[in-house]
Amino acid sequence: MTITADHADSFMGDPDDTGRFGQFGGRYVPETLVPACAELEVAFKQAWADPQFKDEFHNLLTTYGGRPSPVTECFRLSEELGFRVLLKREDLNHTGSHKINNVIGQALLAKRMGKNRLVAETGAGQHGVATATAAALMGMECIVFMGEVDIKRQALNVFRMQLLGAEVRTAMSGSRTLKDAVNEAMRDWVATVNTTHYCLGSVMGPHPYPWMVREFHRVIGDEARSQCAEMISGDGVPDYVVACVGGGSNAAGIFSGFADTRAKLIGAEPAGGAAVGRAVPGVVHGSKSYLMQDEFGQVQEAHSVSAGLDYPGVGPEHAHLAYIGRARYESVTDSEVLDAFQLLARTEGIIPALEPAHGLAWMVKAKSELAGTTVLLNMSGRGDKDVAQVQAILDGDPEALATMRP
Amino acid sequence: MTVRPDLESHLTERRDAGRKLLLPYVTGGYPVKDWPRLIEGFAAAGADAIEIGIPFSDPVMDGPTIQEASSIALSNGANPPAILDRVAQADVDIPLIAMTYYNVAFRMGHKRFADALVTAGVGGAILPDLPLEEAADWAEEADRAGVATVMLAAPTGDDARLARVAERSRGFVYGVGVVGITGERAELSASATEIATRLKAITSKPVVVGLGISTPAQAVEVAQIADGVVVASAIIRRMLAGGSTDDAIEFVGELRKALDAS
Repeated sequence: MTITADHADSFMGDPDDTGRFGQFGGRYVPETLVPACAELEVAFKQAWADPQFKDEFHNLLTTYGGRPSPVTECFRLSEELGFRVLLKREDLNHTGSHKINNVIGQALLAKRMGKNRLVAETGAGQHGVATATAAALMGMECIVFMGEVDIKRQALNVFRMQLLGAEVRTAMSGSRTLKDAVNEAMRDWVATVNTTHYCLGSVMGPHPYPWMVREFHRVIGDEARSQCAEMISGDGVPDYVVACVGGGSNAAGIFSGFADTRAKLIGAEPAGGAAVGRAVPGVVHGSKSYLMQDEFGQVQEAHSVSAGLDYPGVGPEHAHLAYIGRARYESVTDSEVLDAFQLLARTEGIIPALEPAHGLAWMVKAKSELAGTTVLLNMSGRGDKDVAQVQAILDGDPEALATMRP
Repeated sequence: MTVRPDLESHLTERRDAGRKLLLPYVTGGYPVKDWPRLIEGFAAAGADAIEIGIPFSDPVMDGPTIQEASSIALSNGANPPAILDRVAQADVDIPLIAMTYYNVAFRMGHKRFADALVTAGVGGAILPDLPLEEAADWAEEADRAGVATVMLAAPTGDDARLARVAERSRGFVYGVGVVGITGERAELSASATEIATRLKAITSKPVVVGLGISTPAQAVEVAQIADGVVVASAIIRRMLAGGSTDDAIEFVGELRKALDAS
């Protein structure tokens, strides 16, 4: 579809009063949680309009989180691929991914609301580590739910969380991955809502989470926009902005800085967890969005080599951006991701997390479409946590290979 | 089409006659072969209506007991049409209520889901992740089809909210007895009688409290204020622990006896 300037202004603005982006979003939660969600919505609106809160937030992101993160020009990779590649270096943040932006924001907000206990879900462990970090920084209690399968493949992050003073609880139900960790975190929140803030890790869940989490990550897009203005001649905007999408928080953050430009927005989904690619609407974990499910509405299990993208749903704003044609969502396979993972390490000396390696994998695949253009990729996290898993896969370890899907 | 008594008038008449209402729960598809006989067994043991769970993959309101039963049912192929087919055949003359999560209804389509319930003789629906603000489209379709949408009223809601929930609720008002998920509790939560008291003060519809009611004594205590109780996990746990369907039916009989003697 053609994007007109007038139309563009409405992209990635505030949701409507019911928490919807177009037809997606809403607040599908147990009655017990409705007042807490409404209270959170009011508290966030007030905080986000309060210059003092914003100052405190940005001050912590700078002095503690290490922002602004640089944009790196990839000379050797650009040469190899035949188009200009820029990386927004969220991997250089404290805790090693973009997740720190959101948790600093939510922990500050929880404090402001008088809640001193955080519960969180985690897949790869990045959001869990980030939440445990924010809790340690602010002296809060922290419980992180993690699927049994993920605890095995991300053992190091489990220990990190424990070092940071968090309690890691195993989610034993269902597929024992991210979706089940979300279920357990929601069940805890239903029982502890009076004292606890649910520090949700992506742009999903009931209103106001998809909006609030995107706003806390907007800093990625805002920074990248002004950095690109310095680095790119002409209108200062890249031709493509690429990010990986599980729930979609890093993508929402970087897209929000470019939604009103001519840049094409690309979300890279794992082939085994491509909720937008399948485009079937559904309701789970608090919002209406696209959802992998069977004919009876039972949620299907996602499969991805990357624990952080192993999620059958997607944030509702991504469903909306896809529906109106403002963003495109493409899927890549696990083996394409492993190739991209190694390519970036070899050509640029940057070991990416498996999650942003999905974005690069799409870029490699779309080489001919991208020829001669400028592409900004959100390097949402660093690969330290994945090195052991990738080594095992490349060594042909049967158990590690079993985490792969063709 | 199977026709059973209207949920709200049936419960209201029995309440007005001085009877304490007992609504036991059955997970559709658990135990895998025998579950349909629980419906007739519970009715004979003195249930005033029966909640039939249609299992969902991600039941965020449910504790380990109902999760496990749901998961066993699903892995043995339970699905909404098959469950409703069996429910239609049950030879009982009390109202039946479907309890499931919203995506099951959303995926099937509101009209198809409501019509399927009516065909199966299911007169009510409980969708615990569909709160007031999101319920309008479904509830209007259900009203049209003649399915009572039972709304949950939680202890965390203020009085104004409880009033709005009670107003929209059909069949009865489901008071959430604990701030938490389904499952047995050693002690009855004070919030169970509190929510009953608050609801009784604002509605003339039957007030039935569920969640965390595990024993006949707890049922009696809640029913001193509420019009009735839902008992779920305590029933299902007996069978997960190795008990037979007869044991579950006998337990419902004990609940009935205790409520009648109170």
